[in-house]
Amino acid sequence: MRFEHPATFNPIDQLKVIGHPTSRIEGPLKTTGTAPYAYERHDVAANQAYGYVVGSAIGKGRIGSIDLEAAKAAPGVLAIVTSGNAGKLGKGERNAAPLLGGPEIAHYHQAVAIVVAGTFEQARAAAQLVRIDYVKGDGKFDLAAERDKGITPHPSFGGPADTAVGDFASALAGAPVQLDATYTTPDQGHAMMEPHASIAAWDGDKLTVWTSNQMIAWGAEDMAKTLGIPKENVRLVSPYIGGGFGGKLFLRAEVLLAALGARAAGRPVKVALQRPLMFNNTTHRPATIQRIRIGAERDGKITAIGHESWSGNVKDGEPEMAVSQTRLLYAGASRMTATRLAALDLPEGNAMRAPGEASGMMALEIAIDEFADKLGIDPVVLRISNDTQVDPEHPERHFSQRQLVQCLSDGAARFGWDKRNPKPGAVRDGRWLVGMGVAAAFRNNLVAKSAARVRLDQQGIVTVETDMTDIGTGSYTIIAQTAAEMMGVPLDKVAVRLGDSDFPVSCGSGGQWGGNNSTAGVYAACTKLRETIAQKLGFNSAEAVFADGVVRSGNRSVPLAQAAGGGDLVAEDAIEYGDLAKTYQQSTFGAHFVEVGVDADTAEIRVRRMLAVCAAGRILNPKAARSQVIGAMTMGVGAALMEDLVVDKRHGLFINHDLAAYEVPVHADIPHQEMIFLDETDPISSPMKAKGVAELGICGVAAAVANAVYNATGVRVRDYPITLDKLLAGMPV
Amino acid sequence: MRSFSYERAASPGAAAAAAAGTANAKFIAGGTNLLDLMKLEIETPAHLIDVNDLALDRIEETADGGLRIGALVRNTDLAADIRVRRDYGVLSRALLAGASGQLRNKATTAGNLLQRTRCPYFYDTNLPCNKRKPGSGCAAIGGFSRQHAVVGVSDACIATHPSDMAVAMRALDAVVETVRPDGTTRSIPIAELHRLPGDSPEIETSLEPGELITAVVLPKPVGGAQAYRKVRDRASYAFALVSVAAIVQRDGTGRVALGGVAHKPWRVEAAEAKLPDGAKAVTARLFADAKPTKDNAYKLPLAERTLAAVLREARA
Amino acid sequence: MQISGRLELSRRHLLIVGAASLAASSIATPPPAAAQSAPTGAPVMTRVSFDVNGETHQLELDTRTTLLDALREHLHLTGTKKGCDHGQCGACTVIVDGRRINSCLTLAVMHQGDEITTIEGLGTPDGLHPLQAAFIEHDGYQCGYCTPGQICSAVAVLAEVKAGIPSHVTADLNAPLRLTNAELRERMSGNICRCGAYSNIAEAISEVAGRSA
Repeated sequence: MRFEHPATFNPIDQLKVIGHPTSRIEGPLKTTGTAPYAYERHDVAANQAYGYVVGSAIGKGRIGSIDLEAAKAAPGVLAIVTSGNAGKLGKGERNAAPLLGGPEIAHYHQAVAIVVAGTFEQARAAAQLVRIDYVKGDGKFDLAAERDKGITPHPSFGGPADTAVGDFASALAGAPVQLDATYTTPDQGHAMMEPHASIAAWDGDKLTVWTSNQMIAWGAEDMAKTLGIPKENVRLVSPYIGGGFGGKLFLRAEVLLAALGARAAGRPVKVALQRPLMFNNTTHRPATIQRIRIGAERDGKITAIGHESWSGNVKDGEPEMAVSQTRLLYAGASRMTATRLAALDLPEGNAMRAPGEASGMMALEIAIDEFADKLGIDPVVLRISNDTQVDPEHPERHFSQRQLVQCLSDGAARFGWDKRNPKPGAVRDGRWLVGMGVAAAFRNNLVAKSAARVRLDQQGIVTVETDMTDIGTGSYTIIAQTAAEMMGVPLDKVAVRLGDSDFPVSCGSGGQWGGNNSTAGVYAACTKLRETIAQKLGFNSAEAVFADGVVRSGNRSVPLAQAAGGGDLVAEDAIEYGDLAKTYQQSTFGAHFVEVGVDADTAEIRVRRMLAVCAAGRILNPKAARSQVIGAMTMGVGAALMEDLVVDKRHGLFINHDLAAYEVPVHADIPHQEMIFLDETDPISSPMKAKGVAELGICGVAAAVANAVYNATGVRVRDYPITLDKLLAGMPV
Repeated sequence: MRSFSYERAASPGAAAAAAAGTANAKFIAGGTNLLDLMKLEIETPAHLIDVNDLALDRIEETADGGLRIGALVRNTDLAADIRVRRDYGVLSRALLAGASGQLRNKATTAGNLLQRTRCPYFYDTNLPCNKRKPGSGCAAIGGFSRQHAVVGVSDACIATHPSDMAVAMRALDAVVETVRPDGTTRSIPIAELHRLPGDSPEIETSLEPGELITAVVLPKPVGGAQAYRKVRDRASYAFALVSVAAIVQRDGTGRVALGGVAHKPWRVEAAEAKLPDGAKAVTARLFADAKPTKDNAYKLPLAERTLAAVLREARA
Repeated sequence: MQISGRLELSRRHLLIVGAASLAASSIATPPPAAAQSAPTGAPVMTRVSFDVNGETHQLELDTRTTLLDALREHLHLTGTKKGCDHGQCGACTVIVDGRRINSCLTLAVMHQGDEITTIEGLGTPDGLHPLQAAFIEHDGYQCGYCTPGQICSAVAVLAEVKAGIPSHVTADLNAPLRLTNAELRERMSGNICRCGAYSNIAEAISEVAGRSA
């Protein structure tokens, strides 16, 4: 099905099932520990052996020699695979650094060997006996030092490296009020709770992996490419994923090594990447240095806005597109953005929840707050007065929907923003200095082809199959709701099967595109199935009504199941998009409000209240969507206050590489969170009239926290995370 | 983790004797730190002596009105003991500020005292660390040292002792009771249990090989306002950046010990004489010989401000 | 439901295997006090038996096997999760003799005779524990990986509060306890949820706590 014109009334608009806060259909499995995650599939292959990954001990250089004697002789060892005996390996389309290092080492903890043994304990012990002599090379690990040597990249995602409209320099110079400030964001880790984990089993030259991966088709394709085998010979199964956040978008070392280990050992092999290796072995959100310049009239009307960003990456890696939102969020006749990329030898930087905007909004939305302060204008008012309903670079392009102003004003009213004292450091509650902060939320909505297969059986059960994944987003549930709505059956008559490369290729889970596109794909397949059923029952498909488990047309009504009396009816289709994403700008909007307390003595920062108001198209399941947003808000608090992969610039690694040293928020850091969706349907986006929401929730949160800290203390911190050591010297006496 | 043989000891004396008589043996009680380190082969015992069967899990009153805390009393139970809550509030507070509910249920009194540093360079076996591999150097010096010690440091090591409980016990003048492999027992004032790193940071305590902690004795209650204030980025389940254990009497005198600033709980009795003069005077003396790094120099003003807050609240 | 059936089957199958290998074993337990160390690195095997969810299991295990791996890899009770294997996340939380612990930081061999409750012992998809039902109702999870640990922890937290065990945020150590929001959040802080379902988890637990209060 091609989607080329704005959606009109369709069966989804009945909202009998869609739009309801249905509890997750897989909830009983997840809460009882019976949902099977990758490493737990004792049922899928007999005689599984255990693999343990050895990571490089240096950040840059090469392996001089490897001595495997002791490891090979260790009890229970079945095989050891290194680059020396792995055979020729290709590199996945979406991998920058090779997944198996050696002799060249691209980054710290790059996998250099897998040790396979009969038990986990044996594999772990033997891995310690692998002796490797390294020749250390001169690596570049310091973004600030390399920034000026950065090149102009050709990003494959997120827009061009340079954009310019009007005469930015003159407009800025001529503006009566100006801001020029530089911000930094640190490297951050996904730190999902389930490590990268896989079981690999070969049957002749056919490989099956049970893994934890957000993008099934990418994974299968890149596995085939890396191993140099036909894609048809690779099957990837990933029905449950213990968190991804972008860290499981790609083929990663553990699954490749499981496949290589299984081939070498002649047995199925299971591998879970050890937690202390995860931060350096896998990808991360790259650090940025961002310079923002804004010029405005005294009334706050922005006349010039410029945003430059520097980040680093390994060879073949991409820049962090931190300037993306600045092209679209605020009005202003003269504007520029620039993205530069430095060559670094740190681990590979790649997508993490809202790549681009999450980092960019951390900087931009502090800058707006600083500018409001400078202008003496309330930061909510300043944002509202610089709203634009068109793409500022291409004024002929309208936003499909844009309720930023409503988000800000509704949020302000609900949060009690009028009670905020604009004078920093002036509100005290016992030992706490109290402050409020606001930030806009912005994230683009992306459309992508997505396919599904739908089957009706004699019992009237509708089964949906698609390689779409559920990484905690609620895919199972919203897909079931979509099929139920389309086929006119209750939710318990729908079965959803996800995450298998044998199923039709979906959009996958990433870039907050999964919910809208995957359900639109199911919509397409269901539309086709409705036609098949109508035809089978002798109805005119345009007139047939699917409701309450029956198909009705005029006076005639037939139970749905009867259509499958002679055998299952199957339909497969995909949603594909025309030019609507080009003619309209599709984005999602929100506003974050945060209240913090800062301990007047210790400068410890604790979040006291949080509110998000979001406008993101039709909300398919308000319960699951709300969870996505509050989860993103939580990660935003982490970004604001604690998350920091610290680079040891001498040894070339993230030194705090476990969950004790890389702090993420715990229960005690997060207060009750309020979250409101504005009423919105977006017929431009898809037949579902929905948009992404999962990443919108993180964009702007950290800045809202930062702005609240400033309001509480009068200390402006421009380098994340905002920790007490950066506040102490400036704390009010 | 290397292979090890395992036994359950029947008595403290037998445990100590077994430890001395077996090459590369270690006691295991809660195991929450030892197993963590064994998985990384930072600890590589060939034999584990499980001491959990030893009847050292009671808290008893001593003849002089103090408390004898069995070495195996779990952190949860010690913190919740009604006598500790009433008479040694600083100890309850310190215990409850540490780790998580799950870990406190397993961690023991003796094990808490003997836990090893959380320095990330100690934990990464690819990098130099004099504590883990004597003579290899200290990667924390010149590296990421935001969490590290500011006082009592050496050129060989700037690690901190991670315990909260030990800081409170230091303020309480606790005494550690042990049994040695030859069956003799001794009492070690807690001030003498932990060492500064000097040029042998791998030696962390004054315990002899095979010596087993059997109890910690708290002298009779000293009263006063007792507080333990732990400062950290994350609100819970995090090690201290700085912590302050304080016991303040009505007349303004008192005791102060700091955590998160040194290789052992940091208490300087001479500094306590300055208590009536306020936090600045006390910390000036506590940190007289401080050698902070660029990353952790904030700990000095932070400790002073935290102590000031504790004193203010204690006197309120 | 299908999945639950599969696990049941696997577990029964494994019990038989376990018994068979036990019968073939000649290693006595516990090893003598001067037990041979293992210079060659050969695994030292030992027998242990404990109850899991009311069922007694006899296992012959490498001394290095953690309780977590015994549950997951030997008993195929995979509801208990391995998130970090170093006591830093709480996903492996189980209840042993009435207390919650991190099963990754304890050796299986140290649990001779213990009574262990895992998520599978609290409820099933067809017979949910009230906390499991509350987590579903309040959407107190997303990816689901930390969830069994959160729920086991929550069960224990309610018992800890009932038993009067204080916490870091308890205002008065010598006064009766109340399960405030702050108490709940502090006590649950050993269970990390990277999806960020904390606010919903707190509501799920509060609802059950209120009901039972």
